[in-house]
Amino acid sequence: MSLKRTPLYSAHQKLGGKLIEFGGWEMPVQYTSITDEHLAVRSAAGIFDISHMGEVFVGGPGAEAFLNRTLTNDVRKLAPGQGQYTLMCNASGGVVDDLYAYRMNATDFLLIINASRIEADVAWLEKANQGSAELRDMSGQMGAVAVQGPAVAKFIDAALPGDSCAGMEVAKISDLKKNEIGVFIFDYATIYVGRTGYTGEDGFEVIAPAEKIEAVWQRLLAAGQPFGLKPAGLGARDTLRTEVCYPLYGHELDEVTTPIEAGVGFFVALDKGDFTGRAVLAEQKASGTKKKLVAFKMTEKSAPPRPHYPIHANGQVIGQVVSGTQSPSLGQGIGMGYVPPEFAKPDTRLEIEIRGKLAPAVVVKKPIYKPAK
Amino acid sequence: MSNVPSDLKYTKSHEWVRVAGDVATVGITDHAQHELTDVVFVELPSVGRQVKAGEAVAVVESVKTASDIYAPVSGQVLEINLNVVDQPALVNTDAHGAGWFFKIKLSAPAELGALLTPEQYKVQIGG
Repeated sequence: MSLKRTPLYSAHQKLGGKLIEFGGWEMPVQYTSITDEHLAVRSAAGIFDISHMGEVFVGGPGAEAFLNRTLTNDVRKLAPGQGQYTLMCNASGGVVDDLYAYRMNATDFLLIINASRIEADVAWLEKANQGSAELRDMSGQMGAVAVQGPAVAKFIDAALPGDSCAGMEVAKISDLKKNEIGVFIFDYATIYVGRTGYTGEDGFEVIAPAEKIEAVWQRLLAAGQPFGLKPAGLGARDTLRTEVCYPLYGHELDEVTTPIEAGVGFFVALDKGDFTGRAVLAEQKASGTKKKLVAFKMTEKSAPPRPHYPIHANGQVIGQVVSGTQSPSLGQGIGMGYVPPEFAKPDTRLEIEIRGKLAPAVVVKKPIYKPAK
Repeated sequence: MSNVPSDLKYTKSHEWVRVAGDVATVGITDHAQHELTDVVFVELPSVGRQVKAGEAVAVVESVKTASDIYAPVSGQVLEINLNVVDQPALVNTDAHGAGWFFKIKLSAPAELGALLTPEQYKVQIGG
């Protein structure tokens, strides 16, 4: 099967991006160095191509009720122009996908879903929908970029000027608050700008028609470069999200892992009425789970932990690493993994098996790294 | 464009070899460090170990991945570069010099003939 390319493919080539396969897509893993790009996002700004992610519009008078019985969080809490992190579970409470749900107005919603899950999600949504809402998968027609870092608010309005015409009513993009979304006009097209991201830093995600996204990318690059903005690849995206313990589908989350086990129970609204997976999630919230996601740091010089490395404690294998890397911000190995709940308390001593040798680690509170505010 | 010094021999797996008498010094190429970027950890074989040509004997880790390093020739590990263990970034800053990995006392010098010349290695890396 040939790899899919985003509308920014030639822009990445021009910038010297090193392209790799990710979830069926040919994407830049880095332009110069993962560490440099990571630190640019922490100290100034970085811009990422996230066009591979999916966009599904859900509309009509039945949309709210449909989403509330299909997703774990409560969309009734969203005012027009507000968004929330949420999950879509199967009947066993396993995660079909984790996503962002934005309410554009009383009856229209926009779902931002993972690239690797677009087909599975759309099939799942269609099966659950049964004609109660109008579903439009626009993933193939839209491009998207994320611009992230403490300096972004200083140049976003210059790059994409103007007030919103739908969603949250704001005079300029930087007036959006965290998790808010507005619709803006860019070059005679409507674009969606949400104040959110996957790095732990302040920032925005901009969704535009595929044919406009390169112009958006170039405009942001030009406006941001004086502020230290760098193009950043999937490598930095992964180290940034790991430091702040955001789950990545296929690592922390899958169809046999529940949001309660993954530590994202905060986004499961058990009080909103029935939804798919509720019975199992309510039971787990009340009586606990067999496994829990923990964050850990290596405590001595060692090779970085990597996914699938065994986790040991008390002379036994007790779990497995699901995400692991060298933390560019901290200069030490960090990771997340699933362990029985009795090993999940901060300060619990663990050992990570790295090529047959055990390296000491300690459970830490999430996030592993807290961005400066 | 990668630096491919003309006084070294090379492997398809991107190690370089500097031969002096019956001792081969081994590291990874400038091209390899450029591909890896951000080397954060190096694991070397123990001194005295007998290694066979083509055997995985060391590991270099970048932020993104772990990569095996292979012995280009057979023999006994004479010396390892502890500086590169302390400062893995030496692999990025001086791959063919201070970033060397280990020295092997050759047990089958004829194997050197199977290594790539600088010209052959340049062709392999498309440079």
